[in-house]
Amino acid sequence: MKRIGLYTRKVIEHFQKPHNWGKMKNPDGVGKVGNIICGDVMWLYIKVGKDKKGREIIKDVKFETFGCVAAIATSSVITDLVKEKPLEEALEFDRKEIVKELGGLPPVKIHCSVLAADALYEAIYDYLKKQKREIPERLLKAHQRIERDKKEIEKRYKEWIKIEEEMYKK
Amino acid sequence: MRKKIYMDYAATTPVDPRVVKAMLPYLSKKFGNTMSLHSFGQEAKQALEESREVVANLMGAKPNEIIFTSSATESNNLALKGIAFANKEKGRHIIISQIEHPCIMESARWLETQGFEVTRLKVDKYGLVDPEDVKKAIKKNTILVLIMHANNEIGTIEPIEEIGRICKERGVYFHTDAAQTFGKIPIDVNKMNIDLLTASSHKMYGPKGVAALFVREGTKIEPLIHGGGHEAGLRSSTVNVSAIVGLAKACEICKKEMKKEGQRLIKLRDKLIKGILEKIPDSHLNGHPKNRLPNNANFWFSFVEGESMVIQLDLLGIAASTGSACSSAKLEPSHVLLAIGLKPQEAHGSLRLSLGRWTTEKEIDYVLEVLPEVVKKLRKISPFKK
Repeated sequence: MKRIGLYTRKVIEHFQKPHNWGKMKNPDGVGKVGNIICGDVMWLYIKVGKDKKGREIIKDVKFETFGCVAAIATSSVITDLVKEKPLEEALEFDRKEIVKELGGLPPVKIHCSVLAADALYEAIYDYLKKQKREIPERLLKAHQRIERDKKEIEKRYKEWIKIEEEMYKK
Repeated sequence: MRKKIYMDYAATTPVDPRVVKAMLPYLSKKFGNTMSLHSFGQEAKQALEESREVVANLMGAKPNEIIFTSSATESNNLALKGIAFANKEKGRHIIISQIEHPCIMESARWLETQGFEVTRLKVDKYGLVDPEDVKKAIKKNTILVLIMHANNEIGTIEPIEEIGRICKERGVYFHTDAAQTFGKIPIDVNKMNIDLLTASSHKMYGPKGVAALFVREGTKIEPLIHGGGHEAGLRSSTVNVSAIVGLAKACEICKKEMKKEGQRLIKLRDKLIKGILEKIPDSHLNGHPKNRLPNNANFWFSFVEGESMVIQLDLLGIAASTGSACSSAKLEPSHVLLAIGLKPQEAHGSLRLSLGRWTTEKEIDYVLEVLPEVVKKLRKISPFKK
Protein backbone atom coordinates (compact mmCIF):
# COMPACT_ATOMS: atom_id res chain seq x y z
CA MET A 1 0.00 0.00 0.00
CA LYS A 2 1.16 3.51 -0.76
CA ARG A 3 2.86 5.24 2.14
CA ILE A 4 2.81 8.82 3.30
CA GLY A 5 6.04 9.11 5.28
CA LEU A 6 5.96 6.62 8.15
CA TYR A 7 2.42 5.45 7.60
CA THR A 8 0.15 3.91 4.95
CA ARG A 9 -2.45 6.06 3.26
CA LYS A 10 -5.17 4.17 5.14
CA VAL A 11 -3.60 5.01 8.51
CA ILE A 12 -3.41 8.67 7.55
CA GLU A 13 -7.04 8.64 6.38
CA HIS A 14 -8.23 7.27 9.72
CA PHE A 15 -5.96 9.67 11.61
CA GLN A 16 -7.22 12.70 9.73
CA LYS A 17 -10.89 11.74 9.69
CA PRO A 18 -11.37 9.28 12.51
CA HIS A 19 -14.67 7.38 12.63
CA ASN A 20 -16.89 7.11 15.72
CA TRP A 21 -14.90 9.42 17.96
CA GLY A 22 -16.18 11.20 21.03
CA LYS A 23 -17.71 10.50 24.39
CA MET A 24 -20.75 8.22 24.60
CA LYS A 25 -23.64 9.03 26.91
CA ASN A 26 -24.66 6.16 29.16
CA PRO A 27 -22.54 3.43 27.61
CA ASP A 28 -23.21 -0.19 28.51
CA GLY A 29 -19.49 -0.90 28.79
CA VAL A 30 -16.26 1.11 28.86
CA GLY A 31 -12.71 -0.12 28.25
CA LYS A 32 -9.93 2.16 29.46
CA VAL A 33 -6.45 1.03 28.48
CA GLY A 34 -2.97 2.42 27.99
CA ASN A 35 -0.89 4.66 30.11
CA ILE A 36 -0.39 8.39 29.83
CA ILE A 37 3.20 7.99 30.96
CA CYS A 38 3.94 5.96 27.83
CA GLY A 39 1.94 8.36 25.73
CA ASP A 40 -1.05 6.28 24.57
CA VAL A 41 -4.45 6.18 26.25
CA MET A 42 -7.60 4.70 24.68
CA TRP A 43 -11.11 4.76 26.01
CA LEU A 44 -13.62 2.65 24.13
CA TYR A 45 -17.38 2.86 24.80
CA ILE A 46 -19.95 0.29 23.66
CA LYS A 47 -23.71 0.10 23.59
CA VAL A 48 -25.17 -3.38 23.36
CA GLY A 49 -28.40 -4.13 21.53
CA LYS A 50 -30.09 -7.04 19.76
CA ASP A 51 -30.38 -7.91 16.10
CA LYS A 52 -33.44 -9.41 14.36
CA LYS A 53 -32.39 -12.89 15.36
CA GLY A 54 -32.25 -11.78 18.98
CA ARG A 55 -28.48 -12.03 19.24
CA GLU A 56 -26.60 -9.49 21.28
CA ILE A 57 -24.70 -7.10 19.08
CA ILE A 58 -22.46 -4.06 19.54
CA LYS A 59 -25.07 -1.53 18.52
CA ASP A 60 -22.85 1.49 18.88
CA VAL A 61 -19.21 2.11 19.63
CA LYS A 62 -17.16 5.24 20.22
CA PHE A 63 -13.64 6.08 21.26
CA GLU A 64 -11.52 8.79 22.84
CA THR A 65 -7.75 8.57 22.40
CA PHE A 66 -4.70 10.49 23.53
CA GLY A 67 -1.73 9.34 21.53
CA CYS A 68 0.21 9.12 18.33
CA VAL A 69 -1.08 8.76 14.78
CA ALA A 70 -1.14 4.96 15.04
CA ALA A 71 -3.05 5.07 18.33
CA ILE A 72 -5.75 7.27 16.80
CA ALA A 73 -5.94 5.26 13.56
CA THR A 74 -6.20 1.88 15.30
CA SER A 75 -8.91 3.26 17.61
CA SER A 76 -10.86 4.48 14.62
CA VAL A 77 -10.50 1.29 12.61
CA ILE A 78 -11.54 -1.03 15.44
CA THR A 79 -14.81 0.85 15.83
CA ASP A 80 -15.53 0.17 12.15
CA LEU A 81 -14.57 -3.48 12.49
CA VAL A 82 -16.82 -4.28 15.46
CA LYS A 83 -19.82 -2.04 14.94
CA GLU A 84 -23.01 -4.12 14.59
CA LYS A 85 -20.98 -7.28 15.18
CA PRO A 86 -22.51 -9.97 17.42
CA LEU A 87 -20.95 -9.83 20.86
CA GLU A 88 -19.79 -13.43 20.51
CA GLU A 89 -17.84 -12.57 17.37
CA ALA A 90 -16.37 -9.44 18.92
CA LEU A 91 -15.05 -11.61 21.72
CA GLU A 92 -13.01 -13.54 19.20
CA PHE A 93 -11.64 -10.36 17.69
CA ASP A 94 -8.05 -10.70 16.48
CA ARG A 95 -5.84 -7.60 16.58
CA LYS A 96 -4.22 -8.69 13.32
CA GLU A 97 -7.43 -7.60 11.61
CA ILE A 98 -6.58 -4.03 12.56
CA VAL A 99 -3.11 -4.17 11.04
CA LYS A 100 -4.51 -5.85 7.92
CA GLU A 101 -7.25 -3.26 7.52
CA LEU A 102 -4.70 -0.45 7.86
CA GLY A 103 -2.35 -1.99 5.30
CA GLY A 104 0.37 -2.41 7.92
CA LEU A 105 1.92 -0.45 10.77
CA PRO A 106 5.58 0.41 11.50
CA PRO A 107 7.00 -2.28 13.82
CA VAL A 108 7.34 0.11 16.79
CA LYS A 109 3.64 0.91 16.46
CA ILE A 110 2.25 -2.63 16.52
CA HIS A 111 1.59 -2.16 20.23
CA CYS A 112 -1.09 0.39 19.29
CA SER A 113 -3.12 -2.39 17.64
CA VAL A 114 -2.71 -4.48 20.80
CA LEU A 115 -3.98 -1.54 22.79
CA ALA A 116 -7.04 -1.09 20.56
CA ALA A 117 -7.98 -4.77 20.83
CA ASP A 118 -7.47 -4.60 24.60
CA ALA A 119 -9.79 -1.59 24.81
CA LEU A 120 -12.50 -3.68 23.11
CA TYR A 121 -11.96 -6.69 25.44
CA GLU A 122 -12.11 -4.42 28.46
CA ALA A 123 -15.31 -2.74 27.25
CA ILE A 124 -17.04 -6.13 26.80
CA TYR A 125 -15.65 -7.32 30.13
CA ASP A 126 -17.06 -4.21 31.77
CA TYR A 127 -20.45 -4.81 30.17
CA LEU A 128 -20.66 -8.45 31.20
CA LYS A 129 -19.52 -7.64 34.70
CA LYS A 130 -22.11 -4.92 35.11
CA GLN A 131 -24.73 -7.40 33.90
CA LYS A 132 -23.39 -9.83 36.51
CA ARG A 133 -22.94 -12.40 33.79
CA GLU A 134 -20.41 -15.11 33.46
CA ILE A 135 -17.11 -13.97 31.91
CA PRO A 136 -15.84 -16.29 29.16
CA GLU A 137 -12.41 -17.70 29.92
CA ARG A 138 -10.69 -16.01 26.97
CA LEU A 139 -11.94 -12.62 28.09
CA LEU A 140 -11.01 -13.24 31.70
CA LYS A 141 -7.50 -14.15 30.66
CA ALA A 142 -7.22 -11.04 28.52
CA HIS A 143 -8.44 -8.92 31.43
CA GLN A 144 -5.91 -10.45 33.78
CA ARG A 145 -3.09 -9.89 31.29
CA ILE A 146 -4.11 -6.23 30.82
CA GLU A 147 -4.18 -5.70 34.59
CA ARG A 148 -0.78 -7.34 34.89
CA ASP A 149 0.66 -5.14 32.13
CA LYS A 150 -0.74 -2.07 33.82
CA LYS A 151 0.99 -2.96 37.06
CA GLU A 152 4.19 -3.80 35.21
CA ILE A 153 4.25 -0.39 33.53
CA GLU A 154 3.59 1.36 36.83
CA LYS A 155 6.43 -0.59 38.42
CA ARG A 156 8.83 0.09 35.56
CA TYR A 157 7.90 3.74 35.61
CA LYS A 158 8.49 3.95 39.34
CA GLU A 159 12.00 2.56 38.96
CA TRP A 160 12.68 4.94 36.16
CA ILE A 161 11.52 7.89 38.28
CA LYS A 162 13.83 6.67 41.03
CA ILE A 163 16.81 6.84 38.66
CA GLU A 164 15.86 10.39 37.75
CA GLU A 165 15.54 11.36 41.39
CA GLU A 166 18.93 9.90 42.18
CA MET A 167 20.39 11.89 39.31
CA TYR A 168 18.92 15.03 40.83
CA LYS A 169 20.47 14.28 44.21
CA LYS A 170 24.00 13.97 42.83
CA MET B 1 -0.74 22.32 -2.63
CA ARG B 2 1.06 25.21 -0.99
CA LYS B 3 4.82 25.45 -0.64
CA LYS B 4 6.33 23.34 2.10
CA ILE B 5 7.41 25.20 5.22
CA TYR B 6 10.55 24.01 6.96
CA MET B 7 10.60 24.81 10.67
CA ASP B 8 13.12 22.26 11.86
CA TYR B 9 16.37 24.17 11.34
CA ALA B 10 17.61 22.93 14.73
CA ALA B 11 17.63 19.40 13.28
CA THR B 12 19.53 20.39 10.16
CA THR B 13 19.73 23.19 7.61
CA PRO B 14 19.91 23.23 3.84
CA VAL B 15 23.36 24.05 2.44
CA ASP B 16 23.49 27.68 1.35
CA PRO B 17 23.88 27.91 -2.45
CA ARG B 18 26.98 30.10 -1.91
CA VAL B 19 28.47 27.26 0.13
CA VAL B 20 27.69 24.69 -2.57
CA LYS B 21 29.41 26.91 -5.12
CA ALA B 22 32.53 27.18 -2.98
CA MET B 23 32.64 23.42 -2.43
CA LEU B 24 32.19 22.18 -5.98
CA PRO B 25 35.74 22.69 -7.31
CA TYR B 26 37.08 20.62 -4.40
CA LEU B 27 34.97 17.63 -5.40
CA SER B 28 36.28 17.43 -8.95
CA LYS B 29 39.18 19.57 -10.16
CA LYS B 30 40.88 20.24 -6.82
CA PHE B 31 40.52 16.74 -5.42
CA GLY B 32 44.02 16.26 -4.01
CA ASN B 33 45.01 14.55 -0.78
CA THR B 34 46.35 17.11 1.69
CA MET B 35 49.20 14.75 2.59
CA SER B 36 50.53 14.54 -1.00
CA LEU B 37 53.66 16.44 -1.89
CA HIS B 38 52.67 17.30 -5.45
CA SER B 39 50.71 20.32 -6.57
CA PHE B 40 47.32 18.55 -6.30
CA GLY B 41 48.02 17.79 -2.69
CA GLN B 42 49.40 21.21 -1.89
CA GLU B 43 46.42 22.92 -3.48
CA ALA B 44 44.14 20.93 -1.18
CA LYS B 45 46.42 21.57 1.79
CA GLN B 46 46.28 25.30 1.16
CA ALA B 47 42.47 25.24 1.02
CA LEU B 48 42.44 23.28 4.28
CA GLU B 49 44.65 25.76 6.10
CA GLU B 50 42.78 28.77 4.75
CA SER B 51 39.54 27.21 5.92
CA ARG B 52 41.03 26.56 9.35
CA GLU B 53 41.79 30.24 9.65
CA VAL B 54 38.24 31.27 8.76
CA VAL B 55 36.68 28.83 11.23
CA ALA B 56 39.11 29.88 13.99
CA ASN B 57 38.34 33.50 13.28
CA LEU B 58 34.61 33.11 13.98
CA MET B 59 35.33 32.08 17.58
CA GLY B 60 38.42 34.16 18.29
CA ALA B 61 40.75 31.14 18.26
CA LYS B 62 44.13 30.54 16.62
CA PRO B 63 44.11 28.40 13.46
CA ASN B 64 46.28 25.70 15.05
CA GLU B 65 43.63 25.28 17.75
CA ILE B 66 41.02 23.98 15.28
CA ILE B 67 40.66 20.24 14.62
CA PHE B 68 38.32 19.16 11.85
CA THR B 69 36.16 16.10 12.51
CA SER B 70 33.24 14.35 10.82
CA SER B 71 30.41 15.51 13.10
CA ALA B 72 29.56 17.36 16.28
CA THR B 73 29.03 13.94 17.84
CA GLU B 74 32.62 13.03 17.00
CA SER B 75 33.91 16.38 18.31
CA ASN B 76 32.08 15.85 21.59
CA ASN B 77 33.32 12.26 21.89
CA LEU B 78 36.88 13.39 21.22
CA ALA B 79 36.65 16.19 23.77
CA LEU B 80 35.12 14.11 26.52
CA LYS B 81 37.01 10.84 26.09
CA GLY B 82 40.21 12.51 24.87
CA ILE B 83 40.41 14.72 27.97
CA ALA B 84 39.38 11.88 30.27
CA PHE B 85 42.09 9.52 29.03
CA ALA B 86 44.84 12.13 28.86
CA ASN B 87 44.21 13.45 32.37
CA LYS B 88 43.22 10.37 34.36
CA GLU B 89 46.41 10.59 36.39
CA LYS B 90 45.23 13.96 37.68
CA GLY B 91 41.71 12.78 38.40
CA ARG B 92 38.72 10.85 37.16
CA HIS B 93 35.86 13.22 37.92
CA ILE B 94 33.83 14.89 35.17
CA ILE B 95 30.96 17.36 35.51
CA ILE B 96 28.20 17.65 32.90
CA SER B 97 24.61 18.92 32.98
CA GLN B 98 21.44 16.83 32.88
CA ILE B 99 20.39 18.32 29.56
CA GLU B 100 23.40 17.63 27.33
CA HIS B 101 22.98 16.14 23.87
CA PRO B 102 22.72 12.32 23.79
CA CYS B 103 26.28 12.08 22.40
CA ILE B 104 27.54 13.60 25.67
CA MET B 105 25.10 11.73 27.93
CA GLU B 106 26.03 8.39 26.37
CA SER B 107 29.79 9.09 26.27
CA ALA B 108 29.66 10.04 29.95
CA ARG B 109 27.69 6.90 30.77
CA TRP B 110 30.33 4.83 28.94
CA LEU B 111 33.17 6.59 30.78
CA GLU B 112 31.50 5.55 34.04
CA THR B 113 31.99 1.94 32.98
CA GLN B 114 35.69 2.76 32.47
CA GLY B 115 36.20 3.92 36.04
CA PHE B 116 35.36 7.60 35.71
CA GLU B 117 32.94 9.44 37.97
CA VAL B 118 30.32 11.72 36.43
CA THR B 119 28.30 14.45 38.15
CA ARG B 120 25.19 15.50 36.27
CA LEU B 121 24.17 19.00 37.33
CA LYS B 122 20.47 19.74 37.56
CA VAL B 123 18.91 22.70 35.79
CA ASP B 124 16.12 25.07 36.79
CA LYS B 125 12.66 25.18 35.18
CA TYR B 126 14.07 27.16 32.25
CA GLY B 127 16.92 24.72 31.71
CA LEU B 128 19.59 26.98 33.22
CA VAL B 129 22.64 25.57 34.97
CA ASP B 130 23.54 27.55 38.11
CA PRO B 131 27.26 28.51 38.01
CA GLU B 132 27.25 28.19 41.81
CA ASP B 133 26.40 24.51 41.37
CA VAL B 134 29.43 24.14 39.11
CA LYS B 135 31.60 25.77 41.76
CA LYS B 136 30.27 23.43 44.45
CA ALA B 137 30.62 20.33 42.31
CA ILE B 138 34.30 20.84 41.43
CA LYS B 139 36.46 18.55 43.51
CA LYS B 140 40.20 17.94 43.81
CA ASN B 141 40.03 15.18 41.20
CA THR B 142 37.78 17.04 38.73
CA ILE B 143 39.40 17.20 35.29
CA LEU B 144 36.63 18.51 33.06
CA VAL B 145 33.46 20.58 33.19
CA LEU B 146 31.22 20.22 30.18
CA ILE B 147 28.17 22.46 29.75
CA MET B 148 26.48 23.06 26.42
CA HIS B 149 26.30 26.61 25.08
CA ALA B 150 22.62 26.39 24.19
CA ASN B 151 20.22 23.50 24.43
CA ASN B 152 19.16 21.91 21.15
CA GLU B 153 15.60 21.19 22.28
CA ILE B 154 14.47 24.12 24.40
CA GLY B 155 16.95 26.74 23.13
CA THR B 156 18.06 28.00 26.55
CA ILE B 157 21.47 29.71 26.46
CA GLU B 158 23.65 28.73 29.42
CA PRO B 159 25.79 31.20 31.41
CA ILE B 160 29.00 29.74 29.99
CA GLU B 161 31.11 32.86 30.47
CA GLU B 162 30.61 32.62 34.23
CA ILE B 163 31.15 28.87 34.22
CA GLY B 164 34.31 29.35 32.16
CA ARG B 165 35.64 31.83 34.70
CA ILE B 166 35.02 29.41 37.55
CA CYS B 167 36.79 26.60 35.70
CA LYS B 168 39.77 28.81 34.95
CA GLU B 169 40.07 29.83 38.60
CA ARG B 170 39.97 26.20 39.67
CA GLY B 171 42.32 24.97 36.94
CA VAL B 172 39.77 22.61 35.39
CA TYR B 173 39.26 22.20 31.64
CA PHE B 174 35.99 23.66 30.34
CA HIS B 175 34.33 22.25 27.24
CA THR B 176 31.20 23.65 25.64
CA ASP B 177 29.04 22.07 22.97
CA ALA B 178 28.22 24.97 20.64
CA ALA B 179 26.54 22.90 17.93
CA GLN B 180 23.41 25.06 18.17
CA THR B 181 25.10 28.43 18.68
CA PHE B 182 28.21 28.56 16.49
CA GLY B 183 27.46 30.96 13.64
CA LYS B 184 24.23 32.10 15.28
CA ILE B 185 25.36 34.08 18.32
CA PRO B 186 28.80 35.60 19.08
CA ILE B 187 31.42 33.32 20.60
CA ASP B 188 34.84 34.33 21.90
CA VAL B 189 36.76 31.41 23.36
CA ASN B 190 39.18 33.71 25.19
CA LYS B 191 36.63 36.03 26.71
CA MET B 192 34.51 33.04 27.71
CA ASN B 193 37.47 31.05 29.07
CA ILE B 194 36.64 28.03 26.93
CA ASP B 195 39.26 25.29 26.57
CA LEU B 196 37.35 23.10 24.14
CA LEU B 197 34.41 23.88 21.88
CA THR B 198 32.35 21.79 19.48
CA ALA B 199 31.12 23.51 16.33
CA SER B 200 28.76 21.94 13.80
CA SER B 201 28.49 22.65 10.08
CA HIS B 202 25.08 21.34 9.05
CA LYS B 203 23.27 23.49 11.62
CA MET B 204 24.68 26.65 10.03
CA TYR B 205 24.03 26.08 6.33
CA GLY B 206 27.23 24.09 5.74
CA PRO B 207 27.37 20.47 4.54
CA LYS B 208 26.86 17.38 6.71
CA GLY B 209 29.79 15.12 7.49
CA VAL B 210 32.08 17.83 8.86
CA ALA B 211 32.48 19.66 12.16
CA ALA B 212 35.21 21.26 14.22
CA LEU B 213 36.66 20.98 17.68
CA PHE B 214 38.51 23.89 19.22
CA VAL B 215 41.28 22.67 21.52
CA ARG B 216 43.16 25.41 23.36
CA GLU B 217 46.92 25.34 22.86
CA GLY B 218 48.61 23.32 25.57
CA THR B 219 45.53 21.23 26.42
CA LYS B 220 46.31 17.62 27.30
CA ILE B 221 44.14 15.44 25.07
CA GLU B 222 44.37 11.95 23.56
CA PRO B 223 43.15 11.13 20.03
CA LEU B 224 40.41 8.55 19.45
CA ILE B 225 41.37 7.81 15.85
CA HIS B 226 44.96 6.78 15.19
CA GLY B 227 46.59 6.65 11.77
CA GLY B 228 48.48 8.95 9.45
CA GLY B 229 48.69 11.79 11.94
CA HIS B 230 46.30 14.24 10.32
CA GLU B 231 44.98 17.22 12.26
CA ALA B 232 48.08 17.53 14.44
CA GLY B 233 47.83 13.85 15.29
CA LEU B 234 44.48 14.33 16.99
CA ARG B 235 42.29 12.99 14.24
CA SER B 236 43.78 10.76 11.59
CA SER B 237 41.72 10.27 8.40
CA THR B 238 42.10 11.59 4.87
CA VAL B 239 40.89 15.16 5.09
CA ASN B 240 37.40 15.92 3.72
CA VAL B 241 38.54 19.09 1.97
CA SER B 242 35.38 19.98 0.05
CA ALA B 243 33.24 19.75 3.20
CA ILE B 244 35.76 21.79 5.19
CA VAL B 245 35.83 24.46 2.48
CA GLY B 246 32.02 24.45 2.73
CA LEU B 247 32.12 24.87 6.49
CA ALA B 248 34.53 27.78 6.12
CA LYS B 249 32.30 29.45 3.56
CA ALA B 250 29.32 28.95 5.88
CA CYS B 251 31.32 30.63 8.67
CA GLU B 252 32.19 33.55 6.44
CA ILE B 253 28.52 34.10 5.58
CA CYS B 254 27.39 33.74 9.21
CA LYS B 255 30.01 36.21 10.38
CA LYS B 256 28.85 38.79 7.89
CA GLU B 257 25.12 38.28 8.47
CA MET B 258 24.95 37.19 12.12
CA LYS B 259 23.86 40.45 13.71
CA LYS B 260 21.15 41.34 11.23
CA GLU B 261 19.93 37.77 10.85
CA GLY B 262 19.81 37.31 14.63
CA GLN B 263 17.64 40.39 15.04
CA ARG B 264 15.35 39.27 12.23
CA LEU B 265 14.92 35.79 13.71
CA ILE B 266 14.30 37.08 17.24
CA LYS B 267 11.47 39.22 15.89
CA LEU B 268 9.92 36.29 14.07
CA ARG B 269 10.48 33.93 17.01
CA ASP B 270 8.82 36.30 19.47
CA LYS B 271 5.88 36.80 17.16
CA LEU B 272 5.47 33.04 16.92
CA ILE B 273 5.73 32.50 20.68
CA LYS B 274 3.36 35.32 21.55
CA GLY B 275 0.88 34.24 18.90
CA ILE B 276 0.80 30.62 19.99
CA LEU B 277 0.50 31.35 23.70
CA GLU B 278 -2.34 33.77 22.95
CA LYS B 279 -4.22 31.65 20.45
CA ILE B 280 -3.94 28.21 22.03
CA PRO B 281 -5.42 27.69 25.49
CA ASP B 282 -3.36 25.54 27.87
CA SER B 283 -0.18 26.09 25.89
CA HIS B 284 3.16 26.62 27.61
CA LEU B 285 6.61 27.76 26.54
CA ASN B 286 9.57 25.47 27.23
CA GLY B 287 12.93 27.08 27.88
CA HIS B 288 13.93 30.57 28.93
CA PRO B 289 11.70 33.43 27.70
CA LYS B 290 14.66 35.72 26.93
CA ASN B 291 17.94 33.79 27.18
CA ARG B 292 17.18 31.58 24.23
CA LEU B 293 18.44 30.89 20.74
CA PRO B 294 17.16 33.45 18.22
CA ASN B 295 15.62 30.64 16.17
CA ASN B 296 14.10 28.34 18.80
CA ALA B 297 10.49 28.08 19.96
CA ASN B 298 9.40 25.08 22.03
CA PHE B 299 6.00 24.49 23.60
CA TRP B 300 3.93 21.91 25.34
CA PHE B 301 0.20 21.62 24.89
CA SER B 302 -1.99 19.92 27.46
CA PHE B 303 -4.07 16.88 26.41
CA VAL B 304 -2.39 16.22 23.04
CA GLU B 305 0.50 14.05 21.92
CA GLY B 306 3.46 15.34 19.94
CA GLU B 307 3.79 12.81 17.14
CA SER B 308 0.18 13.38 16.15
CA MET B 309 0.85 17.11 16.00
CA VAL B 310 4.03 16.67 13.95
CA ILE B 311 2.34 14.36 11.41
CA GLN B 312 -0.76 16.55 11.13
CA LEU B 313 1.46 19.60 10.58
CA ASP B 314 3.48 17.68 8.01
CA LEU B 315 0.26 16.89 6.12
CA LEU B 316 -0.41 20.64 6.14
CA GLY B 317 3.08 21.32 4.78
CA ILE B 318 4.89 22.30 7.99
CA ALA B 319 7.99 20.41 9.22
CA ALA B 320 8.39 20.47 13.04
CA SER B 321 9.63 18.12 15.77
CA THR B 322 8.66 16.78 19.20
CA GLY B 323 10.21 15.36 22.35
CA SER B 324 7.38 12.87 22.77
CA ALA B 325 8.25 9.26 23.48
CA CYS B 326 6.06 8.11 20.61
CA SER B 327 8.55 9.59 18.18
CA SER B 328 11.54 7.86 19.74
CA ALA B 329 12.70 4.26 19.62
CA LYS B 330 13.04 4.14 23.40
CA LEU B 331 9.40 5.08 24.04
CA GLU B 332 10.61 7.47 26.72
CA PRO B 333 10.08 11.20 26.54
CA SER B 334 12.96 13.68 26.14
CA HIS B 335 15.42 13.76 29.05
CA VAL B 336 15.68 17.54 28.62
CA LEU B 337 11.95 18.13 29.15
CA LEU B 338 11.93 15.85 32.18
CA ALA B 339 14.99 17.66 33.59
CA ILE B 340 13.17 21.03 33.46
CA GLY B 341 10.40 19.47 35.52
CA LEU B 342 7.81 18.42 32.98
CA LYS B 343 5.82 15.30 33.80
CA PRO B 344 6.06 12.54 31.18
CA GLN B 345 2.51 13.26 29.98
CA GLU B 346 3.43 16.92 29.54
CA ALA B 347 6.61 16.11 27.67
CA HIS B 348 4.51 13.97 25.30
CA GLY B 349 2.71 17.12 24.22
CA SER B 350 5.83 19.04 23.22
CA LEU B 351 6.46 20.71 19.89
CA ARG B 352 9.63 22.41 18.67
CA LEU B 353 9.54 24.95 15.87
CA SER B 354 12.98 26.18 14.84
CA LEU B 355 13.47 28.97 12.34
CA GLY B 356 16.25 29.79 9.93
CA ARG B 357 17.67 31.75 7.03
CA TRP B 358 14.70 31.18 4.75
CA THR B 359 11.91 31.56 7.30
CA THR B 360 9.53 34.38 6.40
CA GLU B 361 6.88 36.28 8.32
CA LYS B 362 4.30 34.79 5.98
CA GLU B 363 5.33 31.33 7.12
CA ILE B 364 4.97 32.35 10.76
CA ASP B 365 1.49 33.66 9.98
CA TYR B 366 0.55 30.38 8.33
CA VAL B 367 1.71 28.37 11.36
CA LEU B 368 -0.26 30.70 13.63
CA GLU B 369 -3.28 30.10 11.45
CA VAL B 370 -3.18 26.29 11.32
CA LEU B 371 -1.55 25.16 14.59
CA PRO B 372 -4.48 26.21 16.84
CA GLU B 373 -6.81 24.14 14.65
CA VAL B 374 -4.49 21.12 14.77
CA VAL B 375 -4.35 21.22 18.58
CA LYS B 376 -8.09 21.82 18.84
CA LYS B 377 -8.90 18.86 16.63
CA LEU B 378 -6.62 16.47 18.53
CA ARG B 379 -8.01 17.67 21.84
CA LYS B 380 -11.52 16.85 20.66
CA ILE B 381 -10.58 13.16 20.29
CA SER B 382 -8.55 13.10 23.51
CA PRO B 383 -10.17 11.74 26.67
CA PHE B 384 -8.29 14.31 28.78
CA LYS B 385 -9.83 17.51 27.47
CA LYS B 386 -11.22 19.86 30.05
